[in-house]
Amino acid sequence: MIIGLDVGGTHADVVLLGDSGLVREIKVPTDQENLFKTVLAGLEAIIAGIDPHQIRRIVLSTTLTTNAIAQKKLPPVGMIVSSGPGVDPDFYRTNLHYYAVAGSIDHRGREVAPISENEVQKVADGFKTEGIRNVGIVGKFSVRNPRHEIQIHRILKDHFERLFMGHQVSGNLNFSRRVATTYLNAAVYPIHRSFFDAVNKSLFQKGLDVPLYILKADGGTMNLEASMEFPGQTILSGPAASVMGAVGFAPIDTDAMVMDIGGTTTDMAIIRNRIPLLHPIGVRLGGFRTLIRSLETRSIGIGGDSSVTVSDGELIIGPEREGPAMAFGGSKPTPTDALLVLGEMTGGDREAAFRGMTAVAQDLGLSVEDAARRVIDHACHRILSEARELIDRINNRPVYTVQDLQQGDKVNPKVFLILGGPAPYFARRIESFSGCRAQLVPRWQVANAVGAALARTTCEVMVFADTQLGVIRAPEENYSEMVDQDFSGHDAIDLAYRLLKVKALQMGAPDEDLEMEVLEDLQFNMVRGFLTTGKNLRVKVQIKPGLISDYERWTAQIS
Amino acid sequence: MAMSAEKDLMLKAKHKTGLVFFPAFDWAISPTHPEREERLLYTQDQVLEEGLFDIDGILEFKPDLATVKDIQRVHFCVPDVWRVTTESHFISAGGAKTIGMAVLDKAVDKGFALVRPPGHHAMRVVHGARGFCNINIEAVMIEYLRRAYRVDRVAIVDTDCHHGDGTQDIYWHDPDTLFISIHQDGRTLYPGSGFTNEQGGPNALGTTVNIPLPPHTSAEGILYALKNAVLPILADFKPQIIINSAGQDNHYSDPITNMNFCAQGYAALTSLLQPDIAVLEGGYAIEGALPYVNVGIILAMAGIDYSKVREPDYDPQRLRQRSEVTRRIETVCETVRGLWDQREAKRLQALNEKTLDHRHRNIFYDTDMIHESQKEIVRVCGDCAGALRIDSSSSRGIRILAVHIPRKACAVCREAASQWYASADRGEFDHIFLQDRIRDVYEERK
Repeated sequence: MIIGLDVGGTHADVVLLGDSGLVREIKVPTDQENLFKTVLAGLEAIIAGIDPHQIRRIVLSTTLTTNAIAQKKLPPVGMIVSSGPGVDPDFYRTNLHYYAVAGSIDHRGREVAPISENEVQKVADGFKTEGIRNVGIVGKFSVRNPRHEIQIHRILKDHFERLFMGHQVSGNLNFSRRVATTYLNAAVYPIHRSFFDAVNKSLFQKGLDVPLYILKADGGTMNLEASMEFPGQTILSGPAASVMGAVGFAPIDTDAMVMDIGGTTTDMAIIRNRIPLLHPIGVRLGGFRTLIRSLETRSIGIGGDSSVTVSDGELIIGPEREGPAMAFGGSKPTPTDALLVLGEMTGGDREAAFRGMTAVAQDLGLSVEDAARRVIDHACHRILSEARELIDRINNRPVYTVQDLQQGDKVNPKVFLILGGPAPYFARRIESFSGCRAQLVPRWQVANAVGAALARTTCEVMVFADTQLGVIRAPEENYSEMVDQDFSGHDAIDLAYRLLKVKALQMGAPDEDLEMEVLEDLQFNMVRGFLTTGKNLRVKVQIKPGLISDYERWTAQIS
Repeated sequence: MAMSAEKDLMLKAKHKTGLVFFPAFDWAISPTHPEREERLLYTQDQVLEEGLFDIDGILEFKPDLATVKDIQRVHFCVPDVWRVTTESHFISAGGAKTIGMAVLDKAVDKGFALVRPPGHHAMRVVHGARGFCNINIEAVMIEYLRRAYRVDRVAIVDTDCHHGDGTQDIYWHDPDTLFISIHQDGRTLYPGSGFTNEQGGPNALGTTVNIPLPPHTSAEGILYALKNAVLPILADFKPQIIINSAGQDNHYSDPITNMNFCAQGYAALTSLLQPDIAVLEGGYAIEGALPYVNVGIILAMAGIDYSKVREPDYDPQRLRQRSEVTRRIETVCETVRGLWDQREAKRLQALNEKTLDHRHRNIFYDTDMIHESQKEIVRVCGDCAGALRIDSSSSRGIRILAVHIPRKACAVCREAASQWYASADRGEFDHIFLQDRIRDVYEERK
């Protein structure tokens, strides 16, 4: 059996998947001040009366690190960046204790200027005086050659609790994002560590000595050990959980769009042939642009509890949620009140819902029913127009080869997969307005927790070879070797796959989930003075995002 | 150690800047040609690593494809557009067009098309590739913008190290297009043209301006020419838009030229010139120059501090300009200013000299090894750019007649050109083409 738990803003959804599919589903209220209590309450409730030995794995998705970043409640971190020439590194300052030091590496990984041991030592002394325990070390082009980061690490390593190096958080280029990503990893580390140490201990005490996985923003999972290495990857796992919940029910051979209609927002993502689309660079959160892998999502401030107002005869829905619907004790009319007025939804105080809609109707000069219809129609139109924006954004993304420009196939979703609280009430309208099939994700209220439960372990590996310099490197994997002129693109892919397999297994993937693919395979002849003097190879591979290999055992029984 | 928490830390473009980056990673003229797949690879590395696409106010656009019609608005392609282009040319010209549209739609304040292959050696008649260029991507963009946005007065400042002879040829007779080329002296470098006395045809005398600089000119000299010749001339001409043909081969590390420009210099040039649109041209120091020069240009366009951008091996001492070079530059600029000031008088004189002006030229296509022989006749006209008739034959054995009716042709020139087109002896030419810019059509007489 598998447990999936996804902590949301108002409640945590927990599911237990077993031989008969969805064995149990539970919602517990979220205590924002004590997420540990929330998680534990959810887990206790879901395993009540179940033999712990039957549990095969537990997957958690929490808002712990996301909230810490969004609310700027981060502990002090020391940052040492070495940039060399280019954009002034002061522009990339992440926090108070941020120091730019000497040292420069170029785009091929060659040293241009060395670091100064003295200078680094002085910065380190300053950090110690300030009582800083965790440090981030980032160099420009460190993903081409991590030497300077490693040298700085060597100087610092005996004096701090935990050091994060830029070349290990991502293999992708982008110095400013590497700085931000390394900072966030270092900053959330102590929060993540104490939380999950506590969770793990409690589970152990309850006899649940089973693999514990954490959901990431890319919709994949990692085991607890890996999450201590890359705690930053746990941010924004919530939207990913919902998308993964829809994956198992998406069409096999076409594009689908997921719409998670919540209380405050509607989050959208694309699934192609049951594989969710990833963002090409990384997550943005709390003013930080990062290299943290994530799904490509778009969010709009329209949900079941969005406040509905009329301004100069114009209907405005959202983007704020000012408490629950009037039918449930709120003070502002909402789409949920409109659904109650129309009799499409039941429950709550229908009188209060009518009161709210009457005010809207007066301002619009419509009958109460017509106003309610307008509210829901308007919300659906807005969501659809945002969906088109997402599709345009993906389809208009620049490409860099003639072939991609000519043959790049466009995203064209034919199906909407809808989940979240008010899903069924919106689905029918979205279908009729768009002309595309709108399909409810089975058990749409807890599909997010099902998604977490079934998500497979994912990761990526970048390999970079320069046969003119005679090197091949995968700095993220601590890999560096000499190569000769004959080293080929095939050799690079073979190596990348080998490294990927090792990494995935370490992060907790079972053998049967290693569905690998090549994301990027670029090969350039290096021409110097009308002679080919070497090859420049860049290969990027990944474990495809998706569900664990036997997911259909469960999804087939969920309807 | 940098301690500057109080500094303004917002990295934001002062001018909203659009970029089209199309490195054509799968296209080369030939496997070991300088115009190769790898050319913008390290530039892309640098631009990505510097995170320039993340900066607020810098927007990346996907290039549109230029159409056959866009190309036929500018060129006479022999025997047709498809035979002298590849897909990459449509994307490269299309990328320039995308930037032009973004600027004129006011989606951005400024834009830079970092595309390849380049275009400034491509002339009005195209038999093949010369100087790595097949179609003139700036001209394709400009003529599209004139058609779609009714832009009239345009200035092109070509800062490629090689004389922009293709662009010069296309705008030779157009008084509404100011073409200024700053380049290494033609006596020392391909294509061997671009002297100060090349000032345009009789109908547009003065709106072609050439500033040949001696070898070993440094940033100091190029910026001197910019301040003392280019900027004052631009101020007089008052263009609606300024386009920079941003070649990057004046760089001290370029393998096929002899100048001493640097990344800081390019950024300063961009800052002074304030082009609305920049289009990449040449530049083959793909590792030592392009990554840094392009970062400098992008930052300067966006109005962001570029003071820390420099090449790893930058040594200002080594690049110091010799005093005889400085003196030579001062003389050239003085000549150019003098010619500019006399332009109106000379133009009026030229208009009265004759009714038809003839040019005979032999044009060599170094990339495709074609020789072309051209006899050009333009109707001398005080009211428009003049009816234009080009009789062109190539060493490939094709002879064409190309007749051009300018965008703002007067009734007389229009009639004259129509006559040329209608009366040409079909037996004499393999193709007879008409480019009628008033009707915006391109026709072949069968």
